[in-house]
Amino acid sequence: MRSTATGSTPATRPEGEPSMRKTVLEVLGLHRSYGSVRAVDDVTFTLAEGRSLGIVGESGSGKTTTARIIVGLESADSGRVLVHRRDRTERGRGRGRARRLARAREVQMVFQDPYLSLDPRMPVGTVLRETLRLHFPGTDHERRITELLDQVGLGSREAAALPRQLSGGQRQRVAIARALAVEPAVLVLDEAVAALDVSVQAQILNLLSDIRTETGIGYLFITHDLGVVRCVTDEVVVMRQGKIVESGPTAEVLARPRHPYTRLLLDSVPRPGWDPRSIAAARRAL
Amino acid sequence: MTTLDIQAYRLRLPDTARPVLAGVDLTVDARETVALVGESGSGKSLTSRSVLGLLPKGAATEGSVRVNGEDVLTMTPEQLRRLRTNTAAMIFQDPRAAINPLRRIGDFLTESVRLNAGTGAQAATDRAVEMLEAVGLTGAVLRRYPGQLSGGMLQRVMIAAALMGDPALILADEPTTALDVTTQAEVVALLSDLRERFGTGLLFVTHDLGLAAAISDRVYVMYAGRIAETGPAEALFDRPRHPYTAALLNSTPRLEAPQGRLAAIEGRPPGLREELTGCPFAARCPLATYLCGQQAPALLPVPGEPARRVACHHSDRTGEGSHADA
Repeated sequence: MRSTATGSTPATRPEGEPSMRKTVLEVLGLHRSYGSVRAVDDVTFTLAEGRSLGIVGESGSGKTTTARIIVGLESADSGRVLVHRRDRTERGRGRGRARRLARAREVQMVFQDPYLSLDPRMPVGTVLRETLRLHFPGTDHERRITELLDQVGLGSREAAALPRQLSGGQRQRVAIARALAVEPAVLVLDEAVAALDVSVQAQILNLLSDIRTETGIGYLFITHDLGVVRCVTDEVVVMRQGKIVESGPTAEVLARPRHPYTRLLLDSVPRPGWDPRSIAAARRAL
Repeated sequence: MTTLDIQAYRLRLPDTARPVLAGVDLTVDARETVALVGESGSGKSLTSRSVLGLLPKGAATEGSVRVNGEDVLTMTPEQLRRLRTNTAAMIFQDPRAAINPLRRIGDFLTESVRLNAGTGAQAATDRAVEMLEAVGLTGAVLRRYPGQLSGGMLQRVMIAAALMGDPALILADEPTTALDVTTQAEVVALLSDLRERFGTGLLFVTHDLGLAAAISDRVYVMYAGRIAETGPAEALFDRPRHPYTAALLNSTPRLEAPQGRLAAIEGRPPGLREELTGCPFAARCPLATYLCGQQAPALLPVPGEPARRVACHHSDRTGEGSHADA
């Protein structure tokens, strides 16, 4: 698709060059402690429009707390989160329903287990209608619902179904459709494919990559799976004990890890010829 | 001797159109690690639970499930209790769900041998300390409660508990799925050490192909209650003979695989309410022909590779077209 013969094509969205893209999300010096535990310790990164950033780390690394602060489910002790250069964490901005809704339209989240994040009594179509009515009152919702379902590969049969009548993959598609309904600038995916079977996981990962190409939305991909990181992110941040220990372009970090912890994570991925004993030893040494 | 020998095992549940397990053949030898791989609903957990006689309500079985030569399916409750105490032990996926949070670790470890094997209190505690040390913990853990231990430590306790009765066979049902990757490596290292030290056979149930390839001697791939393919781990992953194994490998996001779109398997596995004529994978299979929808393929040896067996009418063509759409 990309033409190399003629120079620049100004009509198309800038590709390849991250510096050419508008920054959509900025996280600056985020701190959060629980008692004496520093859950998030000076976390800073940026995400450009239409790009995908992975945050990897083990349990307790602070990756989920970081995500929850960005979404607004948790507050930071200090630091700032900016979407399109507007501060989400500023005090005083949190008051009022209109403000809250506006903030929800900036960042949306997809959770690991769609079974827990969907109302078991509400048909899929109604889930989307409720979201649209809340955020865009007085517009034609039915067309948009069909459009959203179509975007995630579901039809009218699924629209009438309750969550329990759907498979795990279909439920996760519903959760994605609901998140996309408000046209957010950033989508935070917290282990969003971890609970799915491999063959279904591949369908959802492909779907997510199509949506990103179509809409130019930015992804923040929280995961422990380096295979998934390699597959769906452009850049990656490695967290350990609340701190960022390494960050950079995904391909580079995975091919030439600089920090011993990143190397340990990479070596821990099972593959033929894998040596779990040396990993266990390296882990104790770190 | 074959530690675990499952032959032509069929299991049917009430209100289903097809058997949940439709003729499973599987063996595990002493000191052997065997991986049973499949997606949810494939019947892999049901197979491993059957080895301990843990059957769902209303299950009707055919065939045989022999542990050290004795058929579990015909055992009396007393024989089953002895089997679960002394011969076969299970390690579950989530140790927090499998260990009583209100009892001390010491009680959890010694309960089974004291009640069922009649071991005295001191002897049981000594054994518990020995097993805790074998899994890299100390006797200090005995007085702790599950809530005071991390997930990785608790899974070690789970493994120690499985070793208490000196079993011939350990069944591990996704034992590392709930753990971090580095902790997973530790638990796997531990399991393979213990296998060498105690000579136990290990049936490792997992959905993770990479893990199965990395740790096992032989692999069984299961789909819709049948064995789709079996063979030595390396050969099976290097050159899968069943289109389902090939598709599963292609759809896994791996570190070595080419970047970009994954080759997803469209559709989903057949439900239990659908009757199956022919091959259960036919509806999703790129190689399917008229024959596949009519006649279920038998699990047959692969020509030239006697250790491998595959249930596919077109196993000679598997792998031909798989790179065309990449």
